[in-house]
Amino acid sequence: MSRKLLVAGARVIDPASGLDAVADILVEDGRIVRVAPGQKAPDAERVDAAGLVAAPGLVDIHVHLREPGREDKETIFSGTQAAAAGGFTSICPMPNTNPICDSSTVVNYLRAVTERDGHVRVFPIAAVTRGQEGKEITEFGDLAHFGAVAFSDDGRPVANAEIMRRALEYTAMLGRPILNHAEIPELVADGVAHAGDRAARMGLRGVPAAAESACVARDIELAADTGGHVHICHVSTERACELIADAKARGVRVTAEATPHHLVLTDEMIEGFNTFARVAPPLRGEADRAALREALRSGVIDCVATDHAPHTEIEKELPFDQAPPGMIGLDFAFQLLYTELVETGFLPLPLLIDRMSRCAARVLGLEGGTLREGGPADIVLLDLSGETRIERRSVFSKSFNTPLRGRVLRSRVARTIVGGRTVFADGKIVSKAFA
Amino acid sequence: MADSAMAVEPAHPVAQFEPVGEFTRRHLLDIESLTRAEIERVLHDTAAFKDVLTRSVKKLPTLQGRSVVNIFFESSTRTRTSFEVAAKRLSADVTNFTVATSAVAKGESLLDTAKTIRALGADYIVLRHASAGVPHLLAREMPDVSIINAGDGCHEHPTQALLDLYTMLEKLGRIEELTVAIVGDILHSRVARSNIWALTKLGAKVRVVGPRTLIPRLAASWGVEVHHDLTEGIRDADVVYLLRIQMERMTANLFPSIREYKFLYAITEHRLRHAKPHAIVMHPGPTNRGVEIDGAVADGPRSVIDAQVTNGIAARMAVFYLLSGARKEIGP
Repeated sequence: MSRKLLVAGARVIDPASGLDAVADILVEDGRIVRVAPGQKAPDAERVDAAGLVAAPGLVDIHVHLREPGREDKETIFSGTQAAAAGGFTSICPMPNTNPICDSSTVVNYLRAVTERDGHVRVFPIAAVTRGQEGKEITEFGDLAHFGAVAFSDDGRPVANAEIMRRALEYTAMLGRPILNHAEIPELVADGVAHAGDRAARMGLRGVPAAAESACVARDIELAADTGGHVHICHVSTERACELIADAKARGVRVTAEATPHHLVLTDEMIEGFNTFARVAPPLRGEADRAALREALRSGVIDCVATDHAPHTEIEKELPFDQAPPGMIGLDFAFQLLYTELVETGFLPLPLLIDRMSRCAARVLGLEGGTLREGGPADIVLLDLSGETRIERRSVFSKSFNTPLRGRVLRSRVARTIVGGRTVFADGKIVSKAFA
Repeated sequence: MADSAMAVEPAHPVAQFEPVGEFTRRHLLDIESLTRAEIERVLHDTAAFKDVLTRSVKKLPTLQGRSVVNIFFESSTRTRTSFEVAAKRLSADVTNFTVATSAVAKGESLLDTAKTIRALGADYIVLRHASAGVPHLLAREMPDVSIINAGDGCHEHPTQALLDLYTMLEKLGRIEELTVAIVGDILHSRVARSNIWALTKLGAKVRVVGPRTLIPRLAASWGVEVHHDLTEGIRDADVVYLLRIQMERMTANLFPSIREYKFLYAITEHRLRHAKPHAIVMHPGPTNRGVEIDGAVADGPRSVIDAQVTNGIAARMAVFYLLSGARKEIGP
């Protein structure tokens, strides 16, 4: 017996087709059958979405789910709940778990746990080098065969230029990108904050902008040399944006992401030695943030990725230079960017949705990110007149490490649908995605 | 304290600060957030406690029954001893919490250690730590204990700046319009930062002198003059303030060798002639004799290094006293 769902009366925004109009979305057996106004489907479960925005489910190609190994920080269960609550229907966990995702054994484990616990789709990213040690490349072909959608040593850059070159050369034949945490390790050294006046005043060791831009320049040259696809993770500097823009103009296969925190916050947040604002790369200055926003608007930055990085409170109650870098983001990334970029008039809503869905999916060649007929019924319903409070009790992530705690954001996620199944609605988790 | 039995002689240089402001803080975490009036208040009270130190009976009952715990995660005999003497002069009970033999060595978290010390009844925690911001972390978590920053990483060392300013005041009669040249590793120096904030707030002209690699890039925006040439940097200075050069900065390639550092930046009697004739030479200690400071300068007539040590006790007594939060009842 087929299962039908009719999402009725929403303002449907589908950047892939350019649609922005009131319409109904008919779903059958997990796929979108038809997007058109005034549909009649008496045998379908009806979701009244009048007054809401219906958009492609959001896609996050850079998260940390901590499973296996650090289930005290996050699990596939809790992390996919956070994703569902934030309107994401597909997420890609980085491989820096324990054990590290550098073999198909771990990829298969992640797939099995996702089948059981997942509330959204999970597409694993595998390591570039065994143990993320930067020495020997992993079995890219085997990993890709079992479902790894990309390769990254995230948390660490691929420091050795020759290994990066070979990895780009090899993975190009698999059609899978290398996602690089682009920072020259020697230039980062023990740096913990943006190398600006604030870090100097606070006596904190700075990370110069050149740590990022020099590595981005190297990666671009290697991508150009090999024909491989390099994706620059969490761009934070103006200069990196310029380099990426130039490379794209020359036809180099480079893509890039920016995080909500780099788009919204500056190093002002570290005042008072606030470890919740410690992140790698560091929150930077006003000019970098402005350049990043502009690059997101122009498409130099392809997409938003949260770099959702859960850490326990105890770990963040350490001295600033000892607390682990990273902050959570899945639960409220859209609402944050809607508040800061759309409500302020900087980005049109359809463009933000595009950067958070279709453009992200496109970087990794994932199927989602559109509302095309025949595609997976991954849909988010957004209530733009609602609000989201960043509070412990409203966040589904196991961790609550964010410098934005207490903020009240405009808009809320009304419903998240994965493969036709409602997984989150009105503040509550409704169902797992597969089990 | 102006109305107390130990009122300051009118001729004393701190008299220029009267009437002095209130000091209502619970913690002393840094100089950067203090107001000029607050710094002047500490200097004023330091003068009063300095007078006590010259009496035959050097002890006051001010902090009787109060408990001071020194926690030094970095070893520092000089600063710890200075705080200890200051607290004892005020009749406080002083405990030195030795990190190497404590639960910290067994992996206990910093906050748990601090909470244990609070539970043991500490009224003051004097804290030194290799990481910037640790005093702020403790102050946030336990506002009921007075936290005194005795040096946090490369961030600040507020009592050092207070004793330094008092020493300048004592020796030169003013702070305003003094030209103070701070020479050495500004980048990694908490002493430099605290002194820069304190001196600029009180109207001194501050110069920082050192190689480009050891001076923060944007230091000029701090209201200081940046010099890489020693002669230019100390020309006509009233105060030549030397910082200890750390050998590990050389291994990090921030400067090539001690030999070259001495060649460019060591203070000798001969080089000191570029400063004003009455200029004083200061150093937070411990000195590297024959490196940043020539032995003849350290022992010479312009050196006030010993006075800094003595004044450190008075300044720290003033800090304990002002943080006590019950000045009226327990004034000296």
